[in-house]
Amino acid sequence: MTSRSEGAPPGPQSRDLPAETPAVACHGLTHRFGDHVAVDNLDLEVRPGEVFGLLGPNGAGKTTTIRILTTLLPCARGAAEVFGLDVAARPLEVRRLLGYVPQQLSADANLTGWENVMLYTRLYDVPRRQRRQVAGEALAAMGLTGAADRIVRGYSGGMIRRLELAQALVSGPRLLVLDEPTIGLDPIGRSEVWQRVDALRRDSGMTVLVTTHYMDEADQLCDRLALMHQGSVRAVGSPAELKAALGPDATLEGVFRHFAGGGLGDDDGGGEYRAVRSTRRTAGRLG
Amino acid sequence: MPSGAPAAPPAGSVSRPVRAAWGAQPAILGRRAAALCLVELQKMAHDRTEIYTRAIQPLLWLVIFGETFSRIHAIPTGGKPYLDYLAPGILAQSALFIAIFYGIQIIWERDAGVLAKLMVTPTPRPALILGKSFAAGVRALAQVVVVLVASAILGVSLTANPLRIAAAALIVVLGAGFFSTLSMTIAGLALSRDRLMGIGQAITMPLFFASNALYPVKVMPGWVQAVSKVNPLSYQVDALRGLLVGTPAHVGEDFGVVVLALAVGVAAASALLGRLARG
Ligand SMILES: Nc1ncnc2c1ncn2[C@@H]1O[C@H](COP(=O)(O)OP(=O)(O)OP(=O)(O)O)[C@@H](O)[C@H]1O
Ligand SMILES: [Mg+2]
Repeated sequence: MTSRSEGAPPGPQSRDLPAETPAVACHGLTHRFGDHVAVDNLDLEVRPGEVFGLLGPNGAGKTTTIRILTTLLPCARGAAEVFGLDVAARPLEVRRLLGYVPQQLSADANLTGWENVMLYTRLYDVPRRQRRQVAGEALAAMGLTGAADRIVRGYSGGMIRRLELAQALVSGPRLLVLDEPTIGLDPIGRSEVWQRVDALRRDSGMTVLVTTHYMDEADQLCDRLALMHQGSVRAVGSPAELKAALGPDATLEGVFRHFAGGGLGDDDGGGEYRAVRSTRRTAGRLG
Repeated sequence: MPSGAPAAPPAGSVSRPVRAAWGAQPAILGRRAAALCLVELQKMAHDRTEIYTRAIQPLLWLVIFGETFSRIHAIPTGGKPYLDYLAPGILAQSALFIAIFYGIQIIWERDAGVLAKLMVTPTPRPALILGKSFAAGVRALAQVVVVLVASAILGVSLTANPLRIAAAALIVVLGAGFFSTLSMTIAGLALSRDRLMGIGQAITMPLFFASNALYPVKVMPGWVQAVSKVNPLSYQVDALRGLLVGTPAHVGEDFGVVVLALAVGVAAASALLGRLARG
């Protein structure tokens, strides 16, 4: 299979090739559940320090990809690396680099916010003397200082998400993996979560890999996006590039519909779409 | 307050080199298990009602079943009043019923994403299982208090030796720990709550009735005796009777069997945890 055709089309793409180790690199990643191919020969590269959005319709394979990257699922075919560490070969080291917020609301509802965060300081070996400070700062950064002593069962969805971010932050992760962090949140909850993620990234330079179904979020908050459909990546680029490739007045939702909406057309693997960043030719063909 | 920047890595937590995998493993396991035990205690402290409601069932067994069968005189107890014979059995039973619930709890945590998030931390899987079995043990400890107090009130002649009581409490904790790992092992095989409930019920009753909890092994049919022989509950009850009411027992052997069962249970449940998280 052709993996990333680096340098094949001469153009701006070659300039973008990162000199440093990519935060995430997947090559030919494939995962089956029984006969169902959930991730199909997926290639993906996330650069250090960027907010990278993984978009795609329900069942596209976003969560499955994330679960392989976070060592929850075995990496049976293909390769996945986090900051150059092979996910299958060195899972423990990979886990030390990750902060992970799964798709479901996953804070422990029977503990207080403070206890939830303190647990993670212990699980990540934050030295005993620093634990309270680290937990306090993480909660403060997520605007939860006042609610810290309340049982999480009484939190709103947005508060739980921010608490989960606080949990994910205590280890100072280099890669923050957020699977639909704003799912089910009201607009205020959504924007609060994103404000915090944005501030984090600005202050710490951590890399963020995020999935979402909200095109406005992806458009405004992600540096680059990958559009997934039926287990593989159909297009990669900045929101502006993806829109421009589709047409002058294209919206991101239009891009999404283009790659995922028709859906049932011939499955060509999307190889040429991946070059969408570099080419107006593609735009012409699509337009 | 230092504004913003919580993500500044807490000194050393990330850049610290990963320790030599094998030498450091027991230390990490111990620390992680302690952290997970602590949150289980915190959860119990927040919701004590469950501990009270759990106390009802063993009381009913002692009062209704115990008093009734005391009158029938149908069960050979080696000269002990039946209530004396029964009380240790009910103690072990109530711990079993608490522990068997932990498989359902871990499936629930899987469905909620709690488990996945824990498994993405650098935590050895046995630590996750140990935390849960510790919780089962502590909850069972509450039953020790309930059953012993109730038994004393009902006139059971219990030992007053604090060492014996402590040893009895210990084997209840170990036994509950084992049955929670059994339940979590089955969870790792069944993968869904519905199937686990079915299997759990199908297995709890035979474990209970094919043991010496209610009657001595020698009154059972041969094949039930065989089940009882490999049933850790029987060993637990044997030790409890010996320690609490002074029937002849093999306390040392009983502890050995229960500890071994617990070790096997932790290993099996840990090995299946990945499968459970995936399922
Ligand atoms: N444990 C599993 N067993 C069997 N099939 C699964 C399992 N998990 C996911 N799948 C299937 O794999 C495909 C990809 O699922 P995945 O959860 O990765 O999609 P997704 O892109 O995250 O979707 P969503 O936007 O709905 O979260 C789907 O068809 C799903 O039904
Ligand atoms: Mg998903």
